[in-house]
Amino acid sequence: MLVEAIDIHKSYRAGDGQLSVLNGVSLELGEGETLALTGESGSGKSTLLHLLAALDTPDEGSIILDDKPLIGLDDVRRAEIRRQTIGLVFQQFNLIPALDVDANIAFQAKLAGRHDTTWQKELVGRLGLTELLSRYPEQLSGGQQQRVAIGRALAVRPRVLMVDEPTGNLDEASADAVMGLLLDLVSETNAGLLMVTHSTLLAGRLSRCQHLSGGRLE
Amino acid sequence: MRRVALLALLAHWRRRPGQLATLLIGIALATALWSAVQAINVEARASYDRAATVLGPDRYETLSDPSGAIALETFIALRRGGWLVSPVLQGRFVSGDIPVQIVGLEMLTAPSGAVPITPASEGEINPLEMISSPGLGFAAPETIALLESSDNLPPLQPNEFVPPSQIVMDIGIAERLLDRQGQMSFLMVLPEQPLKQTALSEISPDLVLNSAEQQADLARLTNSFHLNLTAFGMLSFVVGLFIVHGAIGLAFEQRRGTFRTLRALGLPARDLMLILVIELLVLAMLAGAIGIAIGYAIAGALLPDVAATLDGLYGAQVPGILSFSPAWALAALAFAIFGALVAAGQGLWRVQSMPLLASAQSRAWATVSAVSLRRQAMVGAILIVAGIASIWLFDGLLAGFALLAGLLLGSALLLPAALATVLSIGASTSRNAEGQWFWADTRQQLPGLSLALMALLLALAANIGVSTMVGSFRLTFTGWLDQRLASELYVTVTNAAESDRFETWLNGRVDAVLPIISVDSEIEGITGEIYGVVDHETYRENWPILVSRQGVWDDLATGNSALINEQLAYREDLSVGDPVSLGPGWTLPVAGIYSDYGNPTGQVMVSLELLESRYPDRPRLSFGLRTDEPEALAATLRDEFGPDALRIVDQATIKNFSLRVFERTFTVTTALNVLTLSVAAFAMLTALLTLANLRLPQLAPVWALGMTRKRLMQLELLRSLALAALTFIFAVPVGLALAWSLLAVVNVEAFGWRLPMHVFPTQWLVLLLLALAAALIAAALPARRLARTGPASFLKVFAVER
Repeated sequence: MLVEAIDIHKSYRAGDGQLSVLNGVSLELGEGETLALTGESGSGKSTLLHLLAALDTPDEGSIILDDKPLIGLDDVRRAEIRRQTIGLVFQQFNLIPALDVDANIAFQAKLAGRHDTTWQKELVGRLGLTELLSRYPEQLSGGQQQRVAIGRALAVRPRVLMVDEPTGNLDEASADAVMGLLLDLVSETNAGLLMVTHSTLLAGRLSRCQHLSGGRLE
Repeated sequence: MRRVALLALLAHWRRRPGQLATLLIGIALATALWSAVQAINVEARASYDRAATVLGPDRYETLSDPSGAIALETFIALRRGGWLVSPVLQGRFVSGDIPVQIVGLEMLTAPSGAVPITPASEGEINPLEMISSPGLGFAAPETIALLESSDNLPPLQPNEFVPPSQIVMDIGIAERLLDRQGQMSFLMVLPEQPLKQTALSEISPDLVLNSAEQQADLARLTNSFHLNLTAFGMLSFVVGLFIVHGAIGLAFEQRRGTFRTLRALGLPARDLMLILVIELLVLAMLAGAIGIAIGYAIAGALLPDVAATLDGLYGAQVPGILSFSPAWALAALAFAIFGALVAAGQGLWRVQSMPLLASAQSRAWATVSAVSLRRQAMVGAILIVAGIASIWLFDGLLAGFALLAGLLLGSALLLPAALATVLSIGASTSRNAEGQWFWADTRQQLPGLSLALMALLLALAANIGVSTMVGSFRLTFTGWLDQRLASELYVTVTNAAESDRFETWLNGRVDAVLPIISVDSEIEGITGEIYGVVDHETYRENWPILVSRQGVWDDLATGNSALINEQLAYREDLSVGDPVSLGPGWTLPVAGIYSDYGNPTGQVMVSLELLESRYPDRPRLSFGLRTDEPEALAATLRDEFGPDALRIVDQATIKNFSLRVFERTFTVTTALNVLTLSVAAFAMLTALLTLANLRLPQLAPVWALGMTRKRLMQLELLRSLALAALTFIFAVPVGLALAWSLLAVVNVEAFGWRLPMHVFPTQWLVLLLLALAAALIAAALPARRLARTGPASFLKVFAVER
């Protein structure tokens, strides 16, 4: 199993009390599998994504990623897992403003020591970014930034791709095109895909869909 | 409405006390150094004015005899010829170990402005007490305190109009004290003269009438020194304003949302501006007052060294104790307000021109386009060129300071573009992701850091420039002292009668006796000194000649030519071969020019025989003695002539004293250097702290993609060090250019001498380490904060934007 989360609890401090966001969530994701995570705003989808991506730690429960337990790991090991195993696409893309498109796409792959220029070239071509390589994020449209973020996540050939609202800023046609490309690429690399989305249409294109409500998966 | 709006705006400072503190400290620091320098200047100028009130060289014309003292008969002839003149006898007197200047006035005929008796004290002083033995002297309270244990002076009356280290008394008492019976140094010409007078040429053709302008003017002499201090104060002020500009700029940007809301709710733009200006004025006054207090303390700490400097360089007496002047405090406060308004100008203008529907989001406060970077660099280049051109466009010190200002400001403006270029090269040559990101990200931080880096560049360049100047001066001065002080012993005989016995006694007991006599004369129309020296290999081998014609010493020995000091040559534009006027009817060609550091007046050397033939009454009182056993000789001389008849100083003592004076002279400069560097380090700290608040969104993705917080913190520290090191590299050529300007332009204009430039790489290394330490300290706090930032804070970056 690529991702295995068991009985995850997470709460945040809110004013004087605690706000419980996740109350015993468990899920699994296998190789080549695509899973959509849906739910209302504030249902804890992004929190769960952050926990599974080793960006945050749960209050209770365990997470195993590519056979490695995340609980109890120090900052260095967690950073290594993020670097080596996970490809992340944020809703607002969060590209690195100081780097041009080419360097942004290569960034994580180079950090992980797995930069493959041929693979990057192919990705760039398929994502339609060839003409934009020397541009900086501020010079790109939302759709172009989205494609760069996907390119950056896939350039490292991650074991798991975790995507947060990948088409939230795109029109329907563009969203459909980006989604198709994403699914093609995931299938070619045999990575697992976990996608947080509001869109039932998008969720329908993935192999499985789980709905998060009241801090639990339905 | 306005009150509500004001409260809403002030709430910002409550939420961000650190930013408020930065703003207040920035204004306070800028004001402190500026006001400290001004306090010192005010105190010194007050002393010069006091000096002027006593014998008012710029208030009274004087009559002097270039050949020396004025005889009593001449004085009587003048009075009979209708000239209303009053005699003055001046001389140096040592009481205990303390040298003082005695000024003897004829109390009955001296103009009222020259006598230090105020109307308030008039009734308390009996005129008879002043002129009858033991007499009465007037001195500044601090001089009296120094002379408390002296028993060879008349009773002293405190008088604040007398400059320090000076005692004014009746001329009769002064004659006895100085052992110069019937002599007059010069005659003061009273302002109101009868219409009919016998022509001066008929009474005494040798007398010279000196107009007020021709005489030594302390204020003019010391002008360059005060200009230097002012320049340093201004530099610190500008560096401080960089901090203020950064803090205000950030506060305005962070309150954009509040501004828009207030405008939308009906607050007119004019009222908003008014509230912001009032807020700024209140903050500026508060911080200005703190700055004035700090400035007063700094001035108090520096004043003793400044006093020593002025005394060493110009013989100007300034008390070492600071007095408080309300006018100074008000001026400093006004300057603080002015500075705050200048620093806030850009922010206020942005608020004024902000459309009502402007985005409430903080714009990237610290962003700047490549175009504006180029424009700024262009302005910088123009300023440098203008500074260089000013050498030809202006005269005197103005040219020197315009050059310095152009160099410093121009280089500061060029710095961001230069750094951006270097960082871009770093990014493009770096192969790994971390390096690429590091360089590129550092370049992106430049706009936010550029003001602090410009401040650092100014401080470092000033440091390199001034320390190179001081170092070059020290090296040259030490070598020059070795040349000038070639004799092993220097002896002054207290009276002419002892002089002959002394010379006779020395015969055969020393390797050489080098008598030195000097007279004050009108050299090229301005009072200067003429020295008579014997022809001896001591001079031939050691004298610090800068330029001379062949056989210069033979020429001098025959009495056919003169040597002049560098400052006289510069002031009168004299070269070797030119004739130099040494007084009425006496002109000699210049055979050579020698260096004479630290002397503000023109000086000429002629052969001893020639000078004695023109001034036969002038006794030989000073001697340089060449001997292999100076200590033994000094002891024998004391035994032979008694401890009081001779003043014996060995070469090493004079050198030590001169070097001590030299070191004290530059203590103030060093202190100001360190203070400016500290302010620059603080500017860097505030800029980094400010940026730290904006950094999280830039760092969060890098962390998410697999870089640890520890590594991010290390890179933040490294970034600060790299920027400081690069700024230092740029500061070196700027500092050297500054040193050259100081040595070759400012010094020449101010003092009349030019020093060779030496470089001191070891000092640079120390300064580099200091700069790196400052950068490390400045970056440590934000970096520590980053290291402690939990994942939740990073995740907010991704969540906030949802």
